[in-house]
Amino acid sequence: MAVVSVENLTKSYGDVQAVSGVDFTIEEGEVFALLGPNGAGKTTIVEILEGYRGRTGGEVAVLGFDPSENQRSFKERIGIVLQESSVERELSVREVIDTYGRVYPKRLGTQHLIGIVGLDEKADARVKTLSGGQKRRLEVALGIVGDPDLIFLDEPTTGFDPSARRQAWDVIRNLTELGKTILLTTHYMDEAQNLADRVAVIDHGLIVAEGTPDTLGGRATARTEVRFALATHSPDSLPVAPAAIDGAAVEYHTDDPTTLLHTLTGWAVEQGTVLQGLTVTRPSLEDIYLELTDGEAS
Amino acid sequence: MKRPSPFALLWYQARYEWRIFWRTPISAFFTIFFPLLIYVVFSAVFGNEDIDYLGITTAQFYAPSLAVFSAVSATYTNISITTAYQRDEGILKRVRGTPLPAWIFLGGKILASIVIALIGTVIMLGVGAAFFGLQFYAETLAILVVVFFVGVAAFAALGLLVAAVAPSGQAATAIANATLLPLAFVSGVFIIPGEDPPAWLEAVSDFFPLSHFVEPFRAAFTPAEMRPDIHWTDLAYLALWGVVALALAIRWFRWEPATGGGGRRSRRRTESAAS
Repeated sequence: MAVVSVENLTKSYGDVQAVSGVDFTIEEGEVFALLGPNGAGKTTIVEILEGYRGRTGGEVAVLGFDPSENQRSFKERIGIVLQESSVERELSVREVIDTYGRVYPKRLGTQHLIGIVGLDEKADARVKTLSGGQKRRLEVALGIVGDPDLIFLDEPTTGFDPSARRQAWDVIRNLTELGKTILLTTHYMDEAQNLADRVAVIDHGLIVAEGTPDTLGGRATARTEVRFALATHSPDSLPVAPAAIDGAAVEYHTDDPTTLLHTLTGWAVEQGTVLQGLTVTRPSLEDIYLELTDGEAS
Repeated sequence: MKRPSPFALLWYQARYEWRIFWRTPISAFFTIFFPLLIYVVFSAVFGNEDIDYLGITTAQFYAPSLAVFSAVSATYTNISITTAYQRDEGILKRVRGTPLPAWIFLGGKILASIVIALIGTVIMLGVGAAFFGLQFYAETLAILVVVFFVGVAAFAALGLLVAAVAPSGQAATAIANATLLPLAFVSGVFIIPGEDPPAWLEAVSDFFPLSHFVEPFRAAFTPAEMRPDIHWTDLAYLALWGVVALALAIRWFRWEPATGGGGRRSRRRTESAAS
């Protein structure tokens, strides 16, 4: 059974449609990313699944529960890392984890958890003395203290510097090794690519593409670009006509780069010439994302 | 998988609020030391004269009055301000995402603040007895305890109500102070009421709950021959305020800041309007 199943989910605030009919499922052990620009509806969807918001229409099942009923046994099995939230400033890291851990029937040990999120040196420091990245890692610790089956991570690294992001990603990878199912939202392409098994790109409350990071938006079959410049020969003498010619520089678009490259390199060797600056590029996930979301990416 | 017992959770929750209270020196100062300071200053300024028509000394009047003020600060002011700030900071939203039942979270708050109120009251009365000759009357000790618990429970509920309706922590601070301080003057906490107060003042004082807490509490420190009858109607009225406040607080309680979800929503609205 799917851990999360969402069918034709809609949510409107007054006459503003925040979510306009979304479908997806998340299987056990999967890391699923909702990727989209700010205001696309990611947080609304996640907060409906967490039980914070009601829905306007559609069917939602999370671990077999209807999250809008806010049942205690549902909350015991999920872990939430909110996008905007904070932790009691006057308590120490250890005290906060102890306090929140006590409310769950099964829980991870405080010391073990402090190790997982890499806060050993700050275990007895007051929360107010932590850096932004350390606070976020503490929030991740609070999200998993109840040893949840499903973890919600809403923009876990927004506002992080690059090294803090890498550290956070390591923490999240550790969670996936524990077999946890994770629903992640992000507006960072590389985050989805690095962490997610599957990605749904969301824009204006709709899923505009869904797949693995490698196949998203038809990326696996999208046309490959081949570029090089001719040293001695004229473009007219090439065995295959290029898509574009700019002086000595030529460019091909192909769905079958293997055959094309074989033909071109075979020709070059035979002619005793070189293909200068030969490059073969597939469209990046970022290109696809920008295309799918009308270039709204931040 | 075994759920923790509700009593254990309530205890831990109270201990958590208790820790936060003492680690925020400003709240400890205004709850415990500020009323004490007023007591010492008032006793120094007014001397320890008899207030003839009440049949007690100044110190005997102010110790129970300011003990009540301290207890109300610990419950009403403390709960309303800290809860509203916890909502601003997203702590209430975080708690809402855990399996902790709402009644235990709020119950822990109330329990911790009642213990703090008890400490403030005991210190005030202790200082009164040690330095200002405050007299206790054995036959009123039991009623004193009852009045105390009914009073702090009612004002804890009122604190939750302020937290529920205040849009922000700053607003809750303003509401709590702007209601308690004037009411304390009107209800004869700071000023010894004249023998014949104006009718409107009496009406205001009678309507609001503070006078119904402070008067029966003070009556327990008045010699038997001067003591008014035990004010059961005061206690019933106080309890009524508490029950109504609790019902409204439960009805209107919000776990998320008004600007949080709403702000994100309006941002989304602007964005979709722009696109």
